[in-house]
Amino acid sequence: MHIMEGYLPATHCLAWGAASAPFVIAGGLRVKKVVREHPEVKLLLAASGAFVFVLSALKLPSVTGSSSHPTGTGLAASLFGPTITSVLSAIVLLFQALLLAHGGLTTLGANIFSMGIVGPFVAYGLYRGLPAVGFSIPLAIFAAATFGDLSTYVVTSLQLALAFPDPVGGVIGAAVKFLGIFAITQVPLAISEGLLTVIVWNLLAKYSREELTSLGAFQGRAV
Amino acid sequence: MMKRNLWLLLGVIVLAVGPLMFHSETAKFGGSDDQASALISNIKPGYQRWVQPVWTPPSSEIESLIFALQAALGAGLLGYYFGRKRGLIEAKDAPEIRASH
Repeated sequence: MHIMEGYLPATHCLAWGAASAPFVIAGGLRVKKVVREHPEVKLLLAASGAFVFVLSALKLPSVTGSSSHPTGTGLAASLFGPTITSVLSAIVLLFQALLLAHGGLTTLGANIFSMGIVGPFVAYGLYRGLPAVGFSIPLAIFAAATFGDLSTYVVTSLQLALAFPDPVGGVIGAAVKFLGIFAITQVPLAISEGLLTVIVWNLLAKYSREELTSLGAFQGRAV
Repeated sequence: MMKRNLWLLLGVIVLAVGPLMFHSETAKFGGSDDQASALISNIKPGYQRWVQPVWTPPSSEIESLIFALQAALGAGLLGYYFGRKRGLIEAKDAPEIRASH
């Protein structure tokens, strides 16, 4: 999902940067607040960031015969909310832009928007919404991680389509083409991310009851 | 719980290994990011990036070194986290272990 350095027009870079900045700033403030109110979750926050590090480094083969990587943001978004996940994603994206030539500094705002904002908001919405209508928490975690991942790649496709409209089909035509590359490749990977996130959730539910309870992660259920 | 996690892990392995077996003859498993840049040169022939990356790993070996480092940092911290949590729970259940240290 990394839009590479120099691949978005300067106006787009500025617009996505301006759109992303408030979320990252709000997330930074929330990190301070959560750590002050619940100092016991500090290490869990680091572990959630570590999960993003691991998953976004795993390039997995897909049924389309190409490969891509998960995002790992669903766990942090579910536990700590979307804006804190924007901060974690920004750290990972910066690491990859500086050391791996994956993504870039000019495209950082656009990449934070897809991986650190839209994906985590979709994930958080499902994680909170599905239990409210009767689904189990592990299922909500699965859906949160899976669709958080998929929505990130949908946003990347749309961002590229806006920057590179198809000469015949326009923005929509280009969107279909980019989605054909990103979204379809991503389906099995997104499911893998969902399964891996439930694995970690199960471990947390066993070993980290206190932290999850203080974050309200069980959503009032006896798990 | 552990048994359920093993089944979930099996699902991940099947999803990763399946495509490799299914496409073993034809596919190259190139990155979707690279396919997207190919599509960009298709839509806008001759497009040149207007900024170069700050630093590009000199070879794919060095690139995989840094990806491995990224994964190792994350996995190391996750392992530390769960090891510590498990140790704390066990120490609480058996206070004599804690006393003897």
